[in-house]
Amino acid sequence: METLDGNAIAGLLYEIFGEEMTAATAICESCGSAASVADSVVYLRLPGVVVRCRNCAGLQMVITRVHGLNCVDLSGIAVLEPPGNTP
Amino acid sequence: MEGTALQRRLTWQAATVTAAAWETPSVRTLELAVPGWPGHRAGQHLDVRLTAEDGYAAERSYSIASAPGEPVAITVERLEDGEVSPYLTGELRIGDTLELRGPVGGYFVWAEADGGPLLLVAGGSGVVPLRAIIRQRRRSGSDAPIRMLYSARTLPDVIYRDELDSYRNGVAVSYALTRARPPGWTGYARPVDAGMLAEVAWPAGEEPLVFVCGPTGFVETVAGELVGLGYSPGRVKTERFGGI
Amino acid sequence: MEGMSLISRGFHGRRRTPAGAEGRVPPGQYVTDGFPVLSAGPTPRTPLTEWTFSVRRGGSNLRSWSWAEMLALPAETVTVDIHCVTRWSKLDTQWRGVSLDTLLGQVEGDAGYVLAFCDGGYTTNLPIADVTGGRAWLACEYDEQPLDPEHGGPARLLVPHLYFWKSAKWVRGVELLEHDEPGFWETYGYHMYGDPWKEQRYSGD
Repeated sequence: METLDGNAIAGLLYEIFGEEMTAATAICESCGSAASVADSVVYLRLPGVVVRCRNCAGLQMVITRVHGLNCVDLSGIAVLEPPGNTP
Repeated sequence: MEGTALQRRLTWQAATVTAAAWETPSVRTLELAVPGWPGHRAGQHLDVRLTAEDGYAAERSYSIASAPGEPVAITVERLEDGEVSPYLTGELRIGDTLELRGPVGGYFVWAEADGGPLLLVAGGSGVVPLRAIIRQRRRSGSDAPIRMLYSARTLPDVIYRDELDSYRNGVAVSYALTRARPPGWTGYARPVDAGMLAEVAWPAGEEPLVFVCGPTGFVETVAGELVGLGYSPGRVKTERFGGI
Repeated sequence: MEGMSLISRGFHGRRRTPAGAEGRVPPGQYVTDGFPVLSAGPTPRTPLTEWTFSVRRGGSNLRSWSWAEMLALPAETVTVDIHCVTRWSKLDTQWRGVSLDTLLGQVEGDAGYVLAFCDGGYTTNLPIADVTGGRAWLACEYDEQPLDPEHGGPARLLVPHLYFWKSAKWVRGVELLEHDEPGFWETYGYHMYGDPWKEQRYSGD
């Protein structure tokens, strides 16, 4: 099963958050590691989108689209920080 | 400055195919007229959505092949078992409309202010966003030197070959052909490995910015090897493509 | 609110019903020759020496089988059609496994529902009536081979009359419940029951 990364859901996240999110930093609720949303492990072609921490495989986000509405669970992300100064 | 100036609601919109050209027997570049296109950054991509008459829809993402300022273009590789790529490469005609959303991506992007030196590592169609970066470097007049390592199956599979071979000042492209080589081939003849990267890549001390793009397995192998060469993970950006 | 999508000239999506399969393909599905792997997480690798299947209620094990004990139970080979909510269907798939009737038959009580639980944390809910009466199996072989880990091996639930997300991979047991409780996808808007013939993909369908 091939996984992708957060870049693959850049458009979906923009639709949900109203702004670019792949360069944002996510702090994983399970292990506390910090990484760009672009670095997360993304599972597609499912009934929904599942996003996991690259460090611990903990669940970070689940996104489904039900009757035209996005259902979003972000409880696996402790903190979501806008992009900083790192290139 | 860039982010706030270009803030606009990202939504699906209809674009028109204005030109199409084959890069290789299975890879096609499509030029698109996108109403209200706000401009894009090198490395960004756009999402394409195809909808059948019964409402069935399929979405895929494609890196923008052109540099900022050039007409929007995507380069699509036809995948055997694909659902969208056979349509984009085989059925779509000039004058057809295509539903897309973009540009998206704020992580896997480069602009001249980011500096260099740059190491670009491409696996197959992963070369697409990296070509946009090279073009942007040229258009912006940046003198950040670029080294590219491009892994493809065979020479006919190399996308943008003439263009990549034409670069001189400050852009050096090396190829690794993994499946077959033409007679007299002097480039690499094996999959990318640590030894090859050690020869091609900038010394870690130069603190290069690295962009790695291609299939997931390729990207993860390369990223791991770069860390092994002393590259700081924070300076290595990755974008994984999927099959199908 | 979903806007009108642009119809793509000449785009048909995947092929629909092949000749001879009329009546076997639920609405909105297409038939595939492949067997797509859909996983929401890394493939678990529980050693068979540690594997158990449990029937639980209220936090206690009512009954539990080790791998060896499970293999000693009567098994059957079945050929069924399977239908994934992501729209692919696969016809005439062959599985071998232990009927859930065998596993649940040894426990008594008034539960109306089960919540299947799995390595990796996946869950899905089903009415007891839908996992008994010869409608469900604990499958450990596919196509006469041990079930591949990517497809849920060593053992998965097989409930072919419902959408395939109910056929939980890497299943480790079922929790007996009085009331229906949503599992993983059901929590995120998918239908609590999931009958492909009524196209019950999402809650409210």
